[in-house]
Amino acid sequence: MSPYLGKARPRPDAAEKATGRAEYIHDIRRPGMLHAAIRFSEHAHARIKGIDTLKAERIRGVRAVITAQNTPEIRLGFLRDNVALKGEKVRQFRDEVAAVAAIDPDVAAEAAAAIEVEYEPLPALFDPASALDEGAPLVHERDAAGRPLETNLMPVHFRHSSGDITAARSAAAHAVSGEFSTPLIQQSCMGTAGALAEFDPRMNLTIWAKTQIPFLAQRDFNSALSQIGLAGRNTRVIVPALGGGFGTGLDTHCYEYIAILLAWRTGKPVKILYKRDQEFAYLSPRQSSTVRISQGCDAGGRLTFRDVHVTQDNGAYGSWGATYPSVMMIPATSLYRVPNIEFDCELVYTNNTYAQAMRGYGNPELTWALESNLDELAEAAGIDPLEIRRINCNEPGEVTPMGLRVTTCGLRECIEGVGERLGWKNKGGWGAGKKRGVGLASMVHVGGSGRIYRSDASGVILRLDDYGNLYVASGGVDMGQGLHSALQIMAADSVGVDPERVFITQTDTSTCPWDVGTHASRGAFTAGNALLMAAEKMRRQLFEAAIDLYPDLVEQARRSWIRANPDTPPADFDWRASVAPERFQLRNNLLSLRDTPPIPWLEIDLAKLIRAAHFRAGGGEMFTVEAFYDPPSELPDWERGQGNMSACYTYGTQGVEVEVDTDTGDVKIVAMVSVLDVGRVINPQALRGQIVGAIAQGVGYALYEQVITEKGRILNPNFTDYKIPTAVEIDFPLDLEYIETDEPAGPYGAKGIGEPGLTPTAPAIANAIFDAVGVRVRDLPITPERLLAALHARYDDHIPRRAPNAR
Amino acid sequence: MELNFTLNGVPISCSLPRGSELLLDVLRGPLEQTGTKEGCGKGECGACTILVEGRMVNACLTLAAEVEGCEVTTIEGLAAGGSELAAEQRAFVEQGGIQCGFCSPGMIMSVRALLDRDPDPPEAEIRRALAGNLCRCTGYSQIVEAVRRAAELRREEAR
Ligand code: FES
Ligand code: FES
Repeated sequence: MSPYLGKARPRPDAAEKATGRAEYIHDIRRPGMLHAAIRFSEHAHARIKGIDTLKAERIRGVRAVITAQNTPEIRLGFLRDNVALKGEKVRQFRDEVAAVAAIDPDVAAEAAAAIEVEYEPLPALFDPASALDEGAPLVHERDAAGRPLETNLMPVHFRHSSGDITAARSAAAHAVSGEFSTPLIQQSCMGTAGALAEFDPRMNLTIWAKTQIPFLAQRDFNSALSQIGLAGRNTRVIVPALGGGFGTGLDTHCYEYIAILLAWRTGKPVKILYKRDQEFAYLSPRQSSTVRISQGCDAGGRLTFRDVHVTQDNGAYGSWGATYPSVMMIPATSLYRVPNIEFDCELVYTNNTYAQAMRGYGNPELTWALESNLDELAEAAGIDPLEIRRINCNEPGEVTPMGLRVTTCGLRECIEGVGERLGWKNKGGWGAGKKRGVGLASMVHVGGSGRIYRSDASGVILRLDDYGNLYVASGGVDMGQGLHSALQIMAADSVGVDPERVFITQTDTSTCPWDVGTHASRGAFTAGNALLMAAEKMRRQLFEAAIDLYPDLVEQARRSWIRANPDTPPADFDWRASVAPERFQLRNNLLSLRDTPPIPWLEIDLAKLIRAAHFRAGGGEMFTVEAFYDPPSELPDWERGQGNMSACYTYGTQGVEVEVDTDTGDVKIVAMVSVLDVGRVINPQALRGQIVGAIAQGVGYALYEQVITEKGRILNPNFTDYKIPTAVEIDFPLDLEYIETDEPAGPYGAKGIGEPGLTPTAPAIANAIFDAVGVRVRDLPITPERLLAALHARYDDHIPRRAPNAR
Repeated sequence: MELNFTLNGVPISCSLPRGSELLLDVLRGPLEQTGTKEGCGKGECGACTILVEGRMVNACLTLAAEVEGCEVTTIEGLAAGGSELAAEQRAFVEQGGIQCGFCSPGMIMSVRALLDRDPDPPEAEIRRALAGNLCRCTGYSQIVEAVRRAAELRREEAR
């Protein structure tokens, strides 16, 4: 058994971070570096009539002022509907109108404020419904190719239809429907966004970027270089330590292109860094959504249909977050067994801030509606909420209506585990004044990466140096989630070296191999698989080399041993007969033969073997291998909603007990249980950190967090008014259990687990609130005001002493 | 104006051209002590927590001029002479209290202040003491465990 796998181990960069030595974008300086500031729009929607930069240019210390008028246009975005600097009109409050490079951040900010912009305001749209009204003004009059647009509906299509939903609906014994909404959420990385761009004398670009997609970013930035007349030049993307990612790094951003333009214009390194209030106001939050759902079942509680319509307010431009519905389709079609399904969505341009992805990528939004509504169905059918989930539970080996091939699936164990650990049957009921209740919700997510792009691959390069140190270069990004920890453990185990001798190369497109990006809980899964393939090659090469070299090394070792221990009796074991590639074993940097007696000189330090191979007479060799892993999955046909987008799927269930104060509307979490099918535990410490951290985000999502806007302007750009959970809120007992289903496609059997933790949290809490006080809140977050309003609406100011639904 | 203070045991003098510089900017800028982080600049997140005369302070809310003559400790100076990691740092590393690490220096400084005040705090007190240090990654469980472990390590060291 592996000495490292499944054992808690501190992450390799922990000490660096604990001592303040890790370098984040905030900490990086370059000689001669200038600082950038951006002048943002003051209107939600307006034509730009003129920009006067004269005053700004005259401020001492200003090195450049750029606008759309004096720089080439750089197009960006998932639909290429955005430009780095806006020339014609602004479509949201945070549109970039001009930018400054100056000798320090204060001068840059002062100059940005001194730029004068004249606008002609235009009628603006702040909700999807009015944006779709006939005759509504257009956010974009033309698409990226210059073709006229006639609607604010984005040209992206995600649909699924299976079975006969009309027939199923009329045949259903019970059916319920509801509309559920989720707000804009600020990802709230503790390290704010920033970039540092620098050109070398040959006009190749280096950019330190807070990104999760270094290689797609390289492609985007190279395209920007072409757009500014530097076709053929290259970008090197270096990823410093990231102060969190959570999806903010899945797109390249206007501020990055602005840093590039300023570096190009001034010939100096240019850094841009958002302050917290800017991060809130000018960085894309998580998409908001409205989900209309209905579900039905037969008399026995078996689900017969599910009908889902999603409206997503996309804001002014498209990010990769516009592909949320691709992931929404997974729970819509494949959480529980449902034969008749409709799923469709509309993504709408408005003059709100444009949104981007966050952890879970549409899944929490959809699971919120689905699992809340499923409890409503259970109530209508008179079936226990846990029971209805058990009746409809997914099973290993099934192919879902979307064509997802479920390999391993521990959902049944997850549901039952939550029931047991929460004491499902014995809980619930009203206490005096404070009402307690229990609820649960499940989830399914991609567990073997998620193919939303033609490549879903990761490469890994392994290199052993002359001293037995192993360098792992992967294009995957560790934004805090612990990818490097997983790679360290897997590398140590699969190659056979001491984990302390494993060094993970800083993510850098000039030294690391391609990786499509760190999202979809895919890092440890895809890079891990690539690593195992590379390790196999490495061991093969080492053992081949050892055939000739091992005997001499043993002979040397034997002689020096005997010299040091002259009384050693001669060992009469003939090890030479055992020398064959398949007989070698490598563990903890020691090469030896399998099934041999414990003779000390038979164990050879790996470094000696490597050096012997390196300096071998007549031509040496080095030990560098690479592998490329693209999971066995399909890029779905989104218009039909068909395709097995992941190599495997992660299932899980969360249960929660809450206490509701019916006087204040406060919800206190009394206990939470999470049972998750993780495939296999690689590092329990890192795994727990991922799950607990995600659950805390789920609690924030459920109970407090929302970006508040008024006519497109963000009103709460700080942590006082935008509350994220602190150590005081997450003070409830958290009981975690892992179901190890040993996924055949996973590295060591592991599945992706980065996102599942937060996916079912909000509906589990809402279901528990319903159990406690009999009211259902359908809009997140469930604030005390909302809950009180719901209580008063339900009980007409006479909140009863006993729950109507008491079990 | 000229500022004189002791930073992590070393006497420092530096000039404050404006006089209104924030301590955080002086530490991170001219003094190149970038271990102290800026997460909000407004006293909301605790990423900039340092100790002034042993008391917890948000460097983003403190004028550099205010520490004239004071003893200032930052994350860079937490480990006593020669040792790599202080007890609090070791505990955070061992218990998995660190993910992205951006909150960690400030969090660890708060823990130092807490344990100096109360060497064996109960969980509720730990949570209260850390309420001013936001962490978006960990969900705090392993941080709270790290604090307990740090208390233990400090007791062992004291023996
Ligand atoms: S940076 Fe000082 S409290 Fe946030
Ligand atoms: S570890 Fe990332 S914010 Fe705390």
